[in-house]
Amino acid sequence: MTVLTPRRAASSRAGARARAWLPPVLLLAALLGVWQGAVAIRNVPPYVLPSPARIAGAFVTARSLLPRDLATTTVEAVLGLVVGAGVGALLAGLVAAVPPVRRALYPLLVVSQTIPMIVLAPLLVLWFGYGITPKVVVVALIVFFPVVVSTVAALAGVDPELIDLVRSMGADRMTVLRMVLVPAAIPAFFAGLRISAAYAVAGAVVGEWVGAQSGLGIFIDRSKASFRIDRVFVAVVMVAVLSMALFAAVGAIGRMAAPWQHAAERGRS
Amino acid sequence: MTDPAAVVDVASLRLVFDGPPPLAVLDGVDLSVADGEFVSLVGPSGCGKSTLLRILAGLLAPTSGTARVHGEPVGVGRAAFMPQRDLLLPWRRALDNAALGADINGVPGAVARARAGELFGRFGLAGFERAWPSELSGGMRQRLALLRTFLLGRDVLLLDEPFGALDAITRRDMYAWLQQVWLADRRTVVFVTHDVEEAIYLSDRVLLLSPRPGRVVADIVVDTSRPRAPDVVTEPRFVAMKGTILAALEDSR
Ligand SMILES: Nc1ncnc2c1ncn2[C@@H]1O[C@H](COP(=O)(O)OP(=O)(O)OP(=O)(O)O)[C@@H](O)[C@H]1O
Ligand SMILES: [Mg+2]
Repeated sequence: MTVLTPRRAASSRAGARARAWLPPVLLLAALLGVWQGAVAIRNVPPYVLPSPARIAGAFVTARSLLPRDLATTTVEAVLGLVVGAGVGALLAGLVAAVPPVRRALYPLLVVSQTIPMIVLAPLLVLWFGYGITPKVVVVALIVFFPVVVSTVAALAGVDPELIDLVRSMGADRMTVLRMVLVPAAIPAFFAGLRISAAYAVAGAVVGEWVGAQSGLGIFIDRSKASFRIDRVFVAVVMVAVLSMALFAAVGAIGRMAAPWQHAAERGRS
Repeated sequence: MTDPAAVVDVASLRLVFDGPPPLAVLDGVDLSVADGEFVSLVGPSGCGKSTLLRILAGLLAPTSGTARVHGEPVGVGRAAFMPQRDLLLPWRRALDNAALGADINGVPGAVARARAGELFGRFGLAGFERAWPSELSGGMRQRLALLRTFLLGRDVLLLDEPFGALDAITRRDMYAWLQQVWLADRRTVVFVTHDVEEAIYLSDRVLLLSPRPGRVVADIVVDTSRPRAPDVVTEPRFVAMKGTILAALEDSR
């Protein structure tokens, strides 16, 4: 058995983080290497598949073009996340509080997820115009579902004895909701929202494709039309980076909103 | 048996859990507890002790019979109830858990926390005010749950095995300590325990319940002055009393 002093524990934690990052980074580097080699050897024209080096170059030339589109997509994704989270939380509360609603609503919610966004997006444009609204709606439609499923499960799993205890102290339904159900659902709510955050940006891009003035989706469309496949990849990388940033941000907010979880996990490790 | 002076009064109480098959847990329970009296319930596991406390706490309606606190039918918020599991709220720090009842009943937060904080030392929790429940030991969690119950400020306490999760030595300290705490204001206590010695040491009366369906089969008065010394249970007549109760428990199995 090794005894970890705080200092060594800290450095081993940093080491663990490095060990966690190293494999995906190495794998990515290897894949990029193979890609670069294959494009060079097979002489693939850049309007079919640009090399990673060319894409990196395109980043530099697109530097001044990107920020506006990036900002648009970020705003759409974040607003969609917020709206989807709000709607998801409300639906979860409704489903958990009124069992008949659960039976009536749940199948519809599942059906709503089977409609391909690429079919729905043009209709949304028809209804909401070319502005930001249809994109926010697309994102919200993608976002709310994992939030509802995860939050409903957490609400159903609340220890009934805990509710009884609080009731025995004189709590009414609203107090039970505020003091037990809401806090009990917070970790699951954020777990669901984190999954959603990973898809939010892609949703916004799909929304933009159907019609928009700016956004990464428009950037992709324009680049493709002018055979700048390298710029398409630039946008793809931006989508990935933005998605990861949202994912991490939601995770961080979730940890702040549920600090007790953090303590419990620390105790277990 | 209906005693108008009793603070807690239970008559012909019957409780059946809906089946299938229906389970009769309590059948013909009669008991009464006077103001300021400390009464223990002992009985075999599963005989309905926790169920009886839940009825007294107003959480479960009896199938038939009556249960009254201060002459009125039981209801939530009348008595301070401490369930068998500590049931601390994981999202509240220790001090906030202690102040839960005050928060529910609309006492200003700062007042409630100041009042709770004063008792942390007496409950062996000093320095842990800001700890999360997951950071407390089993004994600390139990003491915190007990502190939360005391802070409800009700004059009837319903305690379901408050020391059940503790080791034998801590337990002894705890019941000597509980006697001190209780003597300070002599609230009416209904105390469930498996530990006969603990019941004798703490109680004015020990009620023995039959196996399920539970009812009171013996009412044993522990008549000795307070405060009791920890070794009171080694006096011959209490040793004999313990023997009687244990034998009755053994017989009823
Ligand atoms: N909500 C419930 N629904 C159905 N049966 C229940 C319910 N709660 C308790 N029971 C049953 O009632 C019986 C008595 O339970 P109770 O918890 O009151 O026993 P107890 O005397 O407190 O036991 P222990 O000493 O082990 O804590 C048990 O057989 C239990 O399975
Ligand atoms: Mg019990």
